[in-house]
Amino acid sequence: MSARPLRVVGRPVPRVDALEKVTGRARYVTDLTMPGMVHAKVLRSPYAHARVTRVDVTRARAVPGVVAALAGADVTWCDPYYGPAYRDRPVLALDVARYEGEPVAAVAAVDEATAEAALELIDVDYEPLTAVMTLEQALAPGAPLVHAGQPPAGHFADLSTLRPKPSTNVCHQFHFARGDAAAALAGADVVVEDAYRFPPVQHVALEAHAVLAAWDESGALTLWASTQNPYSVRVELAKMFDVPLARIRVVVPHLGGGFGSKTYAKLEPLAAILARAAGRPVRLAASIPEAFQTVRRCASRVAVRVGFRRDGSLVAVECDASYDVGAYADIGPRVVQKGTYTATGPYRVPHVTLDSRAVYTNTTPGGAFRGFGVPQLAWALESLFDVAAARLDRDPVDLRRQNFLAHGEEFAPGDTPIDGKLEESLGRAAEAIGWTQARAADRGRGVAAMLKASVAPSVSEAIVRLHADGSVTVLASAVEMGQGARTVLAQIAAEVLCVPLDHVTVVQPDTAVTPYDQTTSSSRSTAMTGRAVQVAAEDVREQLLAAAAQSLGLAVRELELADGAVVAPSRRLTYAETLALKFGMSGGELIGRGVIAPGRTAAPLGGSTPFWEMAVGAAEVSVDEETGAVRVERYVSVADVGRAINPLTLEGQDEGGVVQGLGHTLLEEMLYADGHLLNGTLLVYRVPRADDSPAELECRFVENADGSGPFGSKGAGEGSLIPVSPAVANALARLTGVRLRELPLTPERVWRALRSRSPQGPDAR
Amino acid sequence: MKIRPVVNGRPRELEVEAHALLLDVLRDGLDLKGAKRSCDTQVCGACTVLVDGLAVSACTYLAVEADGRAVLTIEGLADGETLHPLQRAFVEAGAVQCGFCTSGMLLTARAMLAENARPSRGEVLHYLRGSLCRCTGYRKIVDAVLAAAENGPAAGNGQ
Repeated sequence: MSARPLRVVGRPVPRVDALEKVTGRARYVTDLTMPGMVHAKVLRSPYAHARVTRVDVTRARAVPGVVAALAGADVTWCDPYYGPAYRDRPVLALDVARYEGEPVAAVAAVDEATAEAALELIDVDYEPLTAVMTLEQALAPGAPLVHAGQPPAGHFADLSTLRPKPSTNVCHQFHFARGDAAAALAGADVVVEDAYRFPPVQHVALEAHAVLAAWDESGALTLWASTQNPYSVRVELAKMFDVPLARIRVVVPHLGGGFGSKTYAKLEPLAAILARAAGRPVRLAASIPEAFQTVRRCASRVAVRVGFRRDGSLVAVECDASYDVGAYADIGPRVVQKGTYTATGPYRVPHVTLDSRAVYTNTTPGGAFRGFGVPQLAWALESLFDVAAARLDRDPVDLRRQNFLAHGEEFAPGDTPIDGKLEESLGRAAEAIGWTQARAADRGRGVAAMLKASVAPSVSEAIVRLHADGSVTVLASAVEMGQGARTVLAQIAAEVLCVPLDHVTVVQPDTAVTPYDQTTSSSRSTAMTGRAVQVAAEDVREQLLAAAAQSLGLAVRELELADGAVVAPSRRLTYAETLALKFGMSGGELIGRGVIAPGRTAAPLGGSTPFWEMAVGAAEVSVDEETGAVRVERYVSVADVGRAINPLTLEGQDEGGVVQGLGHTLLEEMLYADGHLLNGTLLVYRVPRADDSPAELECRFVENADGSGPFGSKGAGEGSLIPVSPAVANALARLTGVRLRELPLTPERVWRALRSRSPQGPDAR
Repeated sequence: MKIRPVVNGRPRELEVEAHALLLDVLRDGLDLKGAKRSCDTQVCGACTVLVDGLAVSACTYLAVEADGRAVLTIEGLADGETLHPLQRAFVEAGAVQCGFCTSGMLLTARAMLAENARPSRGEVLHYLRGSLCRCTGYRKIVDAVLAAAENGPAAGNGQ
């Protein structure tokens, strides 16, 4: 890249879709209609585990206005199974329902009320089976099995070696070791250990999952879907229906939030099958309670032992983690292995033994949720770091700083060296929270750090088109779900091509139009999709310079781009003029292509992370000793992002991450009793409200332009969420002397802990 | 049943079922898709519209109750192509992410500013308790509302 100052990248410009969103014009899936469209409703299992002995849709089918009514057994024309890791999930239950809320039958009718009423006429006979609702029940010897066996899906390189434990509920095991952790722990001066629990929580994207599916007269399928990965949905459907990829088109309008809940196929297979049966376009829109029956975060129990030398250096970590992936594996196996892989956090640890497992239970399938397995482990490790600091009589900030991996240091053999400077983030967070300053008697402060890998290997492609008038179209498949991907991609193209931001249009993802992108998740869109856009725009720039050079009779090296024109010391051709000269008319366009495909490597997970996501959180909390209510008064997040392509949208994303993190830290937990989810509605499942957010919330960035993404950027957006729980719990421990190991930190849990607190302090032994 | 609401300043005569919800009548009957369906239980605020200036959850508000009243939806907040001060403030402050809560947030804020033209931060936080946002963490939304209030009494007016 040339060394000229950046014009658009790095500026806090308003998002490119802000106007359509503040005027109510932005379109989401449920805002779309089609001629002849009908509405689908789903009959769901009332049991957590039951044999389904009979499903009779005859009476439902006879209702006037019903155009299709299907049971699992009716889906005979295609493979009814899907799933990104295992194809373990039938589109409608076959023989067995494995969780409360599992789709058992579905109806499509001329309106929602008719479809809903027809559901009442479907006769289902169930024989309840013993359910396993918790990790303990599912892992007990002789536990009832959720699945008898499941074929691997084979979609992804990093999931090519799934390791189920036969005849148990364990569908994947992960193991990683380096050095001799057992011996190192035996020889360590201080060993801290405990088990930490993380609850099942739901994403609560305000837009629940929605799909509009239509088959055309040629037998091709188009879906307008609220998905974070149109290309994963496409491959899943192509496999089920045994049709070429090109015959399936997935279009993605605006998403009303994602947070991982809309990764991989969710309702798309059912909508497509209903549309086929109905012979008409079908809209299938979940309610919020149905979203609770679609996906959630994997709950976990994580036991960690950490050994230190007297001088504070970390010598060993042993971690044993069980993740509850619910009734169907979804992407749970990857959550487990990727989460566990970075269980040692951003620290130098010579001796490591990590073991984890994905465990089936008879609950809502667990899948991706912002943080992707890492929050569960950071909750344990970062809490134990403060326990260790107390035992070593060290300052927690200081102890972390001593053990951080340095810039350029190896994390694991074959993987990308550390690409950030976490000591800068920690220093800024500590300073901003006033770590070394006197605190009020009723306030406590705590810190926590995180490190996370992005999915690897992965592929992103982009096309950039320069039109005859000098305007630009970006074709890329990063989904806009609120995070600001469209804005960032537009900024990158505008920067490379020296055009104003409003000359760039980023097309909504459409697998028939916008090129392949693996997924909008894993904080990867800026670094991977953005890099593909940058390369594609550079391709256009080279073509533009070559065309102008030819027209002007100058060498390319004498030319540069500036303000929508190719300029030489004495000449200037606008892009429109350059193209008109090249094509001999006012038409034609330049097309640039960018492909980012780093491929497989010798790194432990099969690919090297394109960047390390790293951040530090610092909390200042108060507690009402009479009620146990914890309040986060101040919170500071500092993320090492390389470069903030758009500081305004990035800051907003990180602020949202902190408050979402406060949700599972203080409020949220899906509660089950007697096989039933008790709180799967927003009336009783409390997510943070405006007045739950910290009175002071600051999200800052460390920008050293040291990332592999465009202009030195790295991925961001998950880092702010991950340290929240341990930072708050560490602050609470330092304030009150109680150490909690189970989230959320509800008033009742805190109050009980306060009542039984030890006079020696929380972290004393 | 026949109802005659004034929707975004325009008198309408609509035939609705007695049990029809205002949200469905607006979205499906009048193609005003800006109000969003989410929780269906009056908790999240995504469907908020103003009826005679007061914020209501259109997901649980009967359409017949809007008979003879003025309904303001997000589509009616701007004055033609000129954004309402709240809309401008939301754009500039970065108060919009996925946009699904935005219509309801803006209209709720508009109702608040009509009642209380210069709210404190605490008053804004309290007033927005019925409007959930899962993306922003609320800070920029509150900043935007306060910035719009700074701009003076215009922020409370919409039609």
